[in-house]
Amino acid sequence: MTSKEKTLRIAAIKEGTVIDHIPADKIFTIIRVLRLDKASGSVSVATNLPSKLLGKKGVVKIAGRELTSLEAEEIALLAPEATLNIIKDYEVSEKRKVNLPEQISGFVDCMNPNCITNKQPVATRFSVKAGEKVRLKCDYCEREMGQKQIRIL
Amino acid sequence: MVKGSFKGRDVLSISDFSREDLLHILSVAGQLEKKPRPDLLKGKIMASLFFEPSTRTKLSFAASMIKLGGQVIGFADVRTTSVKKGETLWDTTKMVEAYSDVIVTRNDVEGAPRLMSEASSIPVVNAGDGANQHPTQTLLDLYTIQKEHGSFDGMTIGFVGDLKYGRTVHSLAVALSHFKCSMHFVAPAALKMPDSYITMLKEKGITVEETDDLDAACKHFDVLYMTRIQEERFPDPIEYQKYKSVYKIDKRVLELCKESVKIMHPLPRVGEIDPKIDETPNAIYFKQAANGIPVRQAILALVLGELE
Ligand SMILES: Nc1ncnc2c1ncn2[C@@H]1O[C@H](COP(=O)(O)OP(=O)(O)OP(=O)(O)O)[C@@H](O)[C@H]1O
Ligand SMILES: [Mg+2]
Ligand SMILES: [Zn+2]
Repeated sequence: MTSKEKTLRIAAIKEGTVIDHIPADKIFTIIRVLRLDKASGSVSVATNLPSKLLGKKGVVKIAGRELTSLEAEEIALLAPEATLNIIKDYEVSEKRKVNLPEQISGFVDCMNPNCITNKQPVATRFSVKAGEKVRLKCDYCEREMGQKQIRIL
Repeated sequence: MVKGSFKGRDVLSISDFSREDLLHILSVAGQLEKKPRPDLLKGKIMASLFFEPSTRTKLSFAASMIKLGGQVIGFADVRTTSVKKGETLWDTTKMVEAYSDVIVTRNDVEGAPRLMSEASSIPVVNAGDGANQHPTQTLLDLYTIQKEHGSFDGMTIGFVGDLKYGRTVHSLAVALSHFKCSMHFVAPAALKMPDSYITMLKEKGITVEETDDLDAACKHFDVLYMTRIQEERFPDPIEYQKYKSVYKIDKRVLELCKESVKIMHPLPRVGEIDPKIDETPNAIYFKQAANGIPVRQAILALVLGELE
């Protein structure tokens, strides 16, 4: 039996989404952000799988659900290396890399405690800076955050 | 430059301005300095909303407005306003928008002026938001350099002191990155210019030098931009004592500099420039402060659409 068959046997889904190539340390954050504890269909999570690309990777398989574009943005922020596989009738019908929009609104916290977004009822807004590593620049206080500082609300 | 393109524009961050924008504001300031226009803003009202106390900037804006024939309303003390009662900044702005033509605001909370600009349809001018931006300071610094030194291209400027927290230094470096000048950053390691700025400057092809040795570096400077090391940045008073007087511009240092060096300082100073320097032709920090008037006049006239 090939390793692929092994994985499929554990968690084959008919319709849904497989998020692949998640860095192992991001997997639980992604579960929280996608609120998978509230999911109605089956969800399987595997982590610490060997990966050529990442060393150790995680995979999340969500039955009966496609991700919203907002959720895809959230994943792109947390795990820019991730791949989204859309499963239709047990087969991968579409595969795409997540990518970041130029602007992100609402769901990320500004790390600057003295930022107006942390003092008044106002939605955050960040410009995404292109480059090797994700950097977000707060449109209000102009502070930049690296990947490690990104906190999703 | 598109005709009238400044009308209605907010002045929030130096990064919102192109090289052409900056040069245009400086040229309008020059015109207003040469030829006063006491009726230009007649009938216009500037709302001066200082949520954080400031004397110099607030007075400089008010004087600029009045010299152009405009009027000023506002507050300088949050305790006297409904802001203290919990009104949101958004609501305060909406109310002020209804009876003024331009808002000038300072806030210790970073990003507050931008939020106000989103709430209001009249232009908002940032007069300082915490550690973030103080664009009119940067413009008056540029105006001073242009006036006293001539041009930006080919110039070497040395920034000295607290380069880590000094927002005036950060903004001026961003503004000068539009020109072909060299920048030297002189600071103790703990207060050095943030890497993000150094990287940005190098990417733009600016020659950058970093050092902690003022004596060795200062001979290169056409402009020496001195800053204050701020006590409030140091949680530990012993740390502050350590850095407080690492650099001091006095006659000894001046001897090491080019004869033509211009010494600038955003003021207030607390001892980092010896008062004996004041009477030398090199000291231009009081002229620099006075340049706030034509520069702020230019900004007000431009965003109000009375000059193009
Ligand atoms: N029906 C299914 N149910 C559950 N998981 C599936 C199903 N089909 C594929 N997968 C999973 O989706 C992911 C992508 O599958 P694919 O067959 O494209 O693998 P791959 O060739 O290794 O892809 P990649 O090049 O993106 O790494 C794998 O983790 C795979 O286990
Ligand atoms: Mg694979
Ligand atoms: Zn912010």
